[in-house]
Amino acid sequence: MRAPLSWIRELADLPAGLSNAELATAFTRAGLQVEHIECPADAITGPVVVGQVLDLVEEPQKNGKTIRWCHVDCGPHNPESEPSRGIVCGALNFAVGDFVAVALDGAVLPGGFAIAARRTYGHVSDGMICAADELGLGDDHSGIIVLGHADAAGDFVPGSDALEVLGAYDAIFEIDVTPDEGYCLSIRGLAREAAQAFGVAFHDPYLTPVPAPSQAGYPVVLNSASCATFSAVSIHNVDPNAPTPPWMSSRLVACGVRSLGLRIDITNYVMLESGQPIHGYDAAKLTGPIVVRKAAEGEQIATLDGQLRTLSADDLLITDNTGPIGLAGVMGGQTTELEAETTEVLIEAALFDAPNIGRTYRRHHLASEASRRFERGVDFNLGFAAAARCAELLRDLAGGQIDPAYTVAGSVAPMPVCDVPAGLPSKILGIEVPLDKVVGILQASKVSVELLPDDVLRCTPPTWRRDLVDPYDYVEEIGRKIGFDSIPVVVPRATSGRGLTRLQKARRDVTHALVDAGFVETLTLPFIGEDDIDRLGANAMDTRRMFVRLANPLDDTRPYLRTTLLPGLIAAANRNTSRSQDDLAIFESGKVFVNTVVGEPPSPTPPVDKRPSDDEILEIYASLPDQPHMIAALLTGNWLPATWNAPAEPVTWQHAVAFAETVAAALGLQVTRRAATRAPGHPGRCAEIQALHGDEFVSVGFACELHPDVVKANGLPERSCAVELNLDAMIDFAPENGEVSPLSSFPLTKQDVALVVDATVPAAAVEAALVVGAGDLLESLTLFDVFVGDQIGAGKKSLAYNLRFRHPERTLTEVEATAARDAAVAAAAAATGAVLRG
Amino acid sequence: MGQRDVSAEVPNEASVAEAVATALAAIAQAATTAELSAAKYEHNGDKSFLGLANRAIGGLAPDERKAVGLLVGQARGAVNAAIAERAEALAAAELAAKLQAERVDVTLPVAQHPQGAIHPITAMLERVGDIFTAMGWEIAEGPELEASWLNFDALNFTPDHPARFLSDTLFVDPPEANKLMRTHTSPVQIRALLERDLPVYVVSPGKVFRADEYDATHLPVFHQLEGLAVDKGISLANLRGTLDHLAKAMFGDDIDTRMRPHYFPFTEPSAEVDLKCFVCHGESVGNPDRPCRTCRSEGWIEWGGCGIVNPRVLAACGIDTDVYSGFAFGMGIDRTVMFRNNAPDLRDFVEGDVRFSRSLKGDAR
Repeated sequence: MRAPLSWIRELADLPAGLSNAELATAFTRAGLQVEHIECPADAITGPVVVGQVLDLVEEPQKNGKTIRWCHVDCGPHNPESEPSRGIVCGALNFAVGDFVAVALDGAVLPGGFAIAARRTYGHVSDGMICAADELGLGDDHSGIIVLGHADAAGDFVPGSDALEVLGAYDAIFEIDVTPDEGYCLSIRGLAREAAQAFGVAFHDPYLTPVPAPSQAGYPVVLNSASCATFSAVSIHNVDPNAPTPPWMSSRLVACGVRSLGLRIDITNYVMLESGQPIHGYDAAKLTGPIVVRKAAEGEQIATLDGQLRTLSADDLLITDNTGPIGLAGVMGGQTTELEAETTEVLIEAALFDAPNIGRTYRRHHLASEASRRFERGVDFNLGFAAAARCAELLRDLAGGQIDPAYTVAGSVAPMPVCDVPAGLPSKILGIEVPLDKVVGILQASKVSVELLPDDVLRCTPPTWRRDLVDPYDYVEEIGRKIGFDSIPVVVPRATSGRGLTRLQKARRDVTHALVDAGFVETLTLPFIGEDDIDRLGANAMDTRRMFVRLANPLDDTRPYLRTTLLPGLIAAANRNTSRSQDDLAIFESGKVFVNTVVGEPPSPTPPVDKRPSDDEILEIYASLPDQPHMIAALLTGNWLPATWNAPAEPVTWQHAVAFAETVAAALGLQVTRRAATRAPGHPGRCAEIQALHGDEFVSVGFACELHPDVVKANGLPERSCAVELNLDAMIDFAPENGEVSPLSSFPLTKQDVALVVDATVPAAAVEAALVVGAGDLLESLTLFDVFVGDQIGAGKKSLAYNLRFRHPERTLTEVEATAARDAAVAAAAAATGAVLRG
Repeated sequence: MGQRDVSAEVPNEASVAEAVATALAAIAQAATTAELSAAKYEHNGDKSFLGLANRAIGGLAPDERKAVGLLVGQARGAVNAAIAERAEALAAAELAAKLQAERVDVTLPVAQHPQGAIHPITAMLERVGDIFTAMGWEIAEGPELEASWLNFDALNFTPDHPARFLSDTLFVDPPEANKLMRTHTSPVQIRALLERDLPVYVVSPGKVFRADEYDATHLPVFHQLEGLAVDKGISLANLRGTLDHLAKAMFGDDIDTRMRPHYFPFTEPSAEVDLKCFVCHGESVGNPDRPCRTCRSEGWIEWGGCGIVNPRVLAACGIDTDVYSGFAFGMGIDRTVMFRNNAPDLRDFVEGDVRFSRSLKGDAR
C-alpha cells in the first residue's frame, strides 16, 4: 500500500515536527513494515512553475506532426519586460487559458533530463510544458498536465511552484500490509494506526451510520451468501466533463492508480481512503433489478479490460436483466461501464465473501486493487458510508444530485465476541502488562471491552478488525501496541536433549568421510523426466521408473520426482565440463521418491479441532510414497591430474568402489561385492555392493564404470564412473555398538600362498574361502599380486596372498601356522577350484 | 744393513717427537676420511715408528721401560686425539656437503590428494544444528513429500489459503490426493508434536519446495531451519531469547535481533525477525559514504519468521492449550549462506559447479 503523508495527516493529528523516519519506525513497530519512502520532488532540481497558456498557434510540420507555438504566462519567471515565455509544445490536450506545469531553463527532471532554452521547429522554446511522466508522477504520457481551466483562475498563481500544486513534495510511504491487516489497505486504517501510535486524534471521514435495510433506491436482490450486503446510491445529472482536481489526481498517482476521469477517480479515491472497493455503473444502461448470484458453469462475461471470460459455478456475479454486468469484487463488465457521456451514476459498495473473491481472481488471473482488498477483508459496516462519501464527492466536484432514496440490501453478522483472560497477554508476551493498560490499549484500538468476574475481558472488535477472533489475537494486539522490542530476552531452559540421533550422526560421518576422501558434495534439483532414466540405459521394468508425478511441474519436460540421484549429478557434471572442469568426483546425499503407494489413495484430512486418532495418523503417514535417502557419486576425467612427479591417475571403477567402501567404513559396516549387470553400468565393470545384514549379505547399491552408451547419451567424458547406494539401508544394517576384542601380544607368523584359479573366479570368492578355511588363527590377509601369463596357462590367473596368523594366548608354532594355511588352501580349492601354484 | 732396525733402537725423546710431528702433519693434510685412514695406518699403525716403538717397550730393561712407555704412550695418545678431531671435522664437512647435494625445491607441489568439499548448505545446517543440540534441543526430520494435512491443515491454513494453490505449491498428481512437496519444514513440527512426549524442543532442518521462479534470488527448492518449543510457561520473551542466542552464536556476541509484528497462520502473535547487520553494525544507515551491500544500508537483515504457536495448531495435535504454550521460528538457510558468505547467485547453490562447494572450505563450518 502506497500512502501519501499529506493524506495520512488529513485523518490523523500527527505532531507537526514528526520526521518521516520516526513515522516509518512507528509503522514498522506496529507490524506495518515501511518498505521505502519516496518523494517525487527529490528527483527534480530547478524551477517547475505554474503557467497559464495565453495563446497558441498550431503549426503542422513536414514530418506530419503538429506542434503548438504557445505563449505562457509564468508570472515573475517571464523574461524581463515580457508578458510571457514562448514555448513549443507537442501535446494537443490543452486550451488557451489552461494552467499548466512549466519546467524552466536550468531545471533537471527525473532521469537527468536538463531543460534549457533551445531552437526547435523554427522557434526558441524557452522551457517545457510537462507531462506527468516527465515529472516522475506516474506513467501518463497521453498529454501534458492540465492543472485547471481558465475558470479556476482563483486557484492558481502563474509563476508559483507547480510541484507544490502537484503534491510532489508529499512523502509517499510504501507499506507492506500483512494478510491479517486488510483494514490497513486504506489511508483510514493507516492513519488510525499512526494516530494510536502517537496518541493523537483520528478523524474518521466514514462516520455515516449504517441505515436499516431499504429497497427505496435501485432494486437489488442478493441470491448468494457470498454477498452479505450491497449498498446502492444514485447520483443524477453528473457533469461528464468536470475535471479531476490536481489534489485528487496527484494522490491517486502517488498511490499507483492512474487518473481515468473524475467519476472513476472518485470511486478509486474513496476506495484508497476507506478500503471499501466501489463500483460505478452507468445507470442509464442498467435494465431491471441488480441480482447478485453465482455464475452458471461456463457462463461468460466481457470484463472492462475487453476480455471475454468463461466462468466457474464458484464465481460471484452482479447481473441485471441483460445478464452478467460485473464479476463481483474483481472487475466490472463492459456493458454498464461509465462512459464519456454518462451522467446517471449508480454507486455500488458491497461486502463480498473474502475467500470467494480470492478464488475468483486467482482463477481468472485478475488481481486488482478491489480484489486484493476484498480478499484481505473489508470493514463489515463501511459500505453505505463509503457510497455516501462517493456520492458527496460527485455532488461537490461534478455537480451531481444525490438521490435521497437509496438501497441497502442484506445485513452482516455481529462481530465475534471473545473472552480473554486479563492475565493472558502478560503470560504469553513474557512481560507484565497491567490490567488497565490492557484495557486501555484495546479501547484505543476501538475494541469494546467488558470486564467480567475473575478478570476476564469480554471483547468485541470493531467492524474493520476481522483479525480479532481468538484470545491470542488479542494478545498480539497488545504486543503490537506495546512494541515487541519492549519484551525481555530470556533463553528457555530446554530439557536434556540426547544429541544427534544415530541416523543423523551416521549421515554426517559419511558425508565428512567422503569429503575427506576427496569427493565434492553437490545439491541438485530433484526433478527429472522419463528421458533421464532412458539415458541411464534402464529397461522398461526398472524400478527407477516407479515415478511420482507432479501435478504442476515447474518444467513440463521434468514432471517427475527423482527416483535416483544420478540424473542430477550428470547435469552437474555436464555443467562442470562445459566450464572446463573435467576432473570430477562429485556426490550428493538426498532423498529419492519411489511410487510405492498402490492405487494412490488420497491422504486423509481429518478435522483439526482435535488430535486425529492414532489410526488416522498412521493412515496419513502410510499415504506417502517411499522416500529413501540415497548417496551417489559421479566420477569423470582424472582422479588425480598429471603432475611434475607423477602421471595422471584416471578415474576407474575402483574409485567408484572406493566411494562405497568409504561409506561402509564410516558406518563400520561390512560390505562385499559381486559382479552385476545393472544400468547404467558397463556389463563387465559393475559391482553390486552387498552389506552384511544379520548373517547374510544384502544388496545396497552398485558401483561401476558407466556403459559407453550411457556415457555417450549423457555427453560425459569417456570412462566416467558412478555409484549409488541406499544410505538408509546401510545405516540400518550398520552395527550399533562396536566391540574391542582382547589384543594378543604373542608373535606373528606370516605365510604366503599363490593360488591359480580360472580367470572368471571372483577374487572375493577365493578370499572368502581362505578366510573360512584358515579359521580363528588368521588375523588378516592381503592380496599382494594378481598375475596372468603363459606360465600358468590361458584362461587362468594367479592370486598371491599374504596370510598373518597369531594365537591369542601363546606363541604359534610354524607347524600350526602351516596347518592353518593348508586348511585355507584346501577350502579355496574346494570352493573355487584353486590350485596351489608350484 | 740399509734399513734401520727400529727394534734394536731405544726410542728417545727426539725420535718420538719427530715421529709425532710427522704424524700430526700428515693428519692435518688428510682431506678425506680415506686419506685420514691412510695417515692413521702409516703413522700410528702397528708398523709405524710409534707402533713398533710401542711393541719394543716390552723388550726394554725394566729401568728403561717406565720412562719410554710413558713417552711412547703420550705420543700415541696425542696422535690418536688428532686423528679423532680430524675425523670429526671431516665427517661434519662431508655430511654438510651431502646434505647440500640433497637440497630440493620445497615449493614444488607435493603428492596430491583430491580436494573434497562439503556443500555450504550442509555445513550451515550442521553448524546451526550443533548450536541447538548444545542448548539441549533435538533435531527432528520428516519426509519431503508430505501430506497436505501435515503441511497445511494442522498448521491452521484455511481451505482457501493462497499457499494451497497450484500457483504456489508443488502438488503430487492428482492434487485431490492431498500430497505435496512440503512448503516449509513445519510438518516436521506437527509430527514431533504427534509423536513425542511434552515438553518438546526441536529444530527441523531440511529441503522445502515452492512453485517459484528459478533465478538469482529464487529457487524452487531451498533449505529451512525451523525451531519449535512447547512447554509450560513458554512466552514471546523465550522466543526473543532463543533467536538472540542463535544470532550471537552464529554472528558474534554484539549481534542483536529485533522482532517486527507480522502474520502467519500457524503463529499468533507472529513476527518477522531481523538480524543486526554483522558487517556494518548499522553504521551504513543514512551514511551514503559507507554503503553496506550485506544489509543494503538498512542496518538490519531480514532473517525469518517466528511467533507464539497458534493454540489452534496445538489443539490439532491434542495438546492442552491451557497448560502448554509454544513458540516457533524459521529461517532460510540458503539466504543465510547468501548474506553471510556474500554468495551472489542462488543458482550456484544447486548447479553443482565444484568451485562453489570448494570456495568456502573450512570457513563454512
